[in-house]
Amino acid sequence: MPDPAIRVSGLRKVYRGRSGPVTAVDGIDLEIGRGECFGLLGPNGAGKTTTVEILEGLNEPTSGEVEVLGLRWSADEKAIRERIGVTLQETRLPDKETVREIVRTFRSFYREGLDPEDVIGRVALESKANAFIEQLSGGQQQRLAVALSMVGDPEILFLDEPTTGLDPQSRRQLWDLIRGLGERGRTVVLTTHYMDEAERLCDRVAIVDRGKVIAIGSPAELIARLGGEHVVEFALAGEGPPPPGSDFAGLDSVLAVRDEADGYSLTVAEPHRAIPALLDALDRIGRPMARLTTRHVSLEDVFVSLTGRHLRDDETGERAPAPRRGRRRRG
Amino acid sequence: MADGGARTRGRRTDPPHGPNMLQNSPLFQLYATRMRDFYRQPARIFWVYGFPTLLAIVLGTAFQNREAEPISIDLVEGPGASWVDSALGAHNEALARDRVSGLRKDVPEVLLRRAPEAEAIKRLNTGKTPLVIEPKGSESIVYRYDPTRPEAAAARQTVDEILQRARGRKDPVVTSNLPVQERGSRYIDFLIPGLIAVNTMGGGLWGLGFLLVNLRIGKLLKRFVATPMPRRDFLLALLGARLTFLVPDLTVLLLLGTLMFGMPIRGNLGLVILVDVAGALAFAGIGLLVACRTSTTEAVSGLMNLVMLPQWLFSGVFFATDRFPDSAQPFIQALPLTQTAGALRRVILEGAGLVEVAPALAILGAWAVVTFVLALRYFKWT
Repeated sequence: MPDPAIRVSGLRKVYRGRSGPVTAVDGIDLEIGRGECFGLLGPNGAGKTTTVEILEGLNEPTSGEVEVLGLRWSADEKAIRERIGVTLQETRLPDKETVREIVRTFRSFYREGLDPEDVIGRVALESKANAFIEQLSGGQQQRLAVALSMVGDPEILFLDEPTTGLDPQSRRQLWDLIRGLGERGRTVVLTTHYMDEAERLCDRVAIVDRGKVIAIGSPAELIARLGGEHVVEFALAGEGPPPPGSDFAGLDSVLAVRDEADGYSLTVAEPHRAIPALLDALDRIGRPMARLTTRHVSLEDVFVSLTGRHLRDDETGERAPAPRRGRRRRG
Repeated sequence: MADGGARTRGRRTDPPHGPNMLQNSPLFQLYATRMRDFYRQPARIFWVYGFPTLLAIVLGTAFQNREAEPISIDLVEGPGASWVDSALGAHNEALARDRVSGLRKDVPEVLLRRAPEAEAIKRLNTGKTPLVIEPKGSESIVYRYDPTRPEAAAARQTVDEILQRARGRKDPVVTSNLPVQERGSRYIDFLIPGLIAVNTMGGGLWGLGFLLVNLRIGKLLKRFVATPMPRRDFLLALLGARLTFLVPDLTVLLLLGTLMFGMPIRGNLGLVILVDVAGALAFAGIGLLVACRTSTTEAVSGLMNLVMLPQWLFSGVFFATDRFPDSAQPFIQALPLTQTAGALRRVILEGAGLVEVAPALAILGAWAVVTFVLALRYFKWT
């Protein structure tokens, strides 16, 4: 990739934990192109936040190289800061400041940047410009946080879990905002544990698990790697122990089978061939079907096929000591 | 891509110049943020201005010149109890007559409670009475009390004097008292400069230390350093806000002292301000140091108590530092609150000049420099 926005190699971060050192980032290599919307997708505690905080110059790597816009944090911190924008996972902005006041304050930090009124307009907070921050809804506060990261008109924008804890409508509003940034040629680096968010917004996605990148590519590429385009999920009714999933592996058009807690999940190339074959097979063993759903393959399936775990299994997925999170959006 | 295509953009605003200077100055914006944050929170205004004012009024009124508090003591029943009872009764009657004409306001009335020995001793041991009188016949008396309790010792002294005189003791020397009521030497005069100093200490610790830790907990500190904001401007804005708040702090208490209690300001008002600013800088440095690496409210509260409590106790805000032993004086004199309160008193009440408070200013300056250097060196921004 010529002249990437971000280049990372051999990135490692080891924290001192209570019971010995804990590796939060375990050798990550990345190149993020200019104008790209790049997603770091992974469960909580996978090391996403630690990674972006190192990229943002807010955390020091234990080892590894980081270049942002061709510059290094050790030598050019000030220059990089002028050219990037950051949204942290949770920032408690002063309650008694108005939207306009805080945007102006942040604008004053940058030598060049956008007009505060313009930024407020872009995040659709014009009607709230004179409202105190404490009067904003969660979605409005999050849009304000994005506005503050845009006000220096950055070339790279870092968004750490921008929609976590928001209602569907607020999420969609933020997605539009982020898509608009991409259209203006900005590089966007986004962390999320929502697969739909990554699929919708990102040109490329790195799936991160336990401090490592376990897959990287466009959402379509990653999904294509599973071989099939569709997932058929079903459960059985009737008496008797459930047959092993491998019984269904040989069915027409079925590429992979996984036993789930409450049924089975088949990756299939063509549902119109796989489903009749499945019904025939159930007829033969005399077990009626309790549930049947089909859907397109998602990044969630990619994650499951790579790790054997679900993205949102937060508790089981949590291992690395995620840096302290804000109160409101914990959990 | 250096500064080619992607950085040509229409709606950029120009670098600061002309009337936009303030608008685009991080120092000004951060300072204005602090000001707004303060005046938009009425509760905070009460604790900063209302509380010390109330405290001064309550303490000032409580210690104003008035009749001495009566002494309540226990008398053990038995032979000899009645002469003690009647001697003290005679004292109270004489005192009541004198007080009608405004005399002997400094002499206390003595209230007696007659009780069996066991009960009286129990009351003494549980602190319900400071002194127990046990008459042994009509010629001898035993006082039971805890000599380390000042009010018990004073009660014993007063009662003993009344009883000795009742039995005919003649004082070889004629003594008389001239209670001091001079403006500038009353308790309230002593108290007001001390309260100014306490307010200055609170401002540095709450207004900087506690605030910074809260900004760190809310990740706002981290959010700020993720921008090109000059850290120097951030700290200067906080310090500027602190010094600005000093003006109403000082005005409120000085006005209260002079207008309500008639406290004199004998020294130069400019010097009063200079001493207060020096104190504020020392406490700002301490506040910064307290907040240096602390990242929980509990930890910062503990640290602040550790800093403030010894100073409240030892720095002579509510009573003079001379009461502590000589061996403790170097420690007490090194405390910034001692120096701030002491220098303010010398300027306000004694009319001291710059030369006389120079040592105090030097000690406060040293506190400020050392704490700032240490705090900035170890300050955790992220």
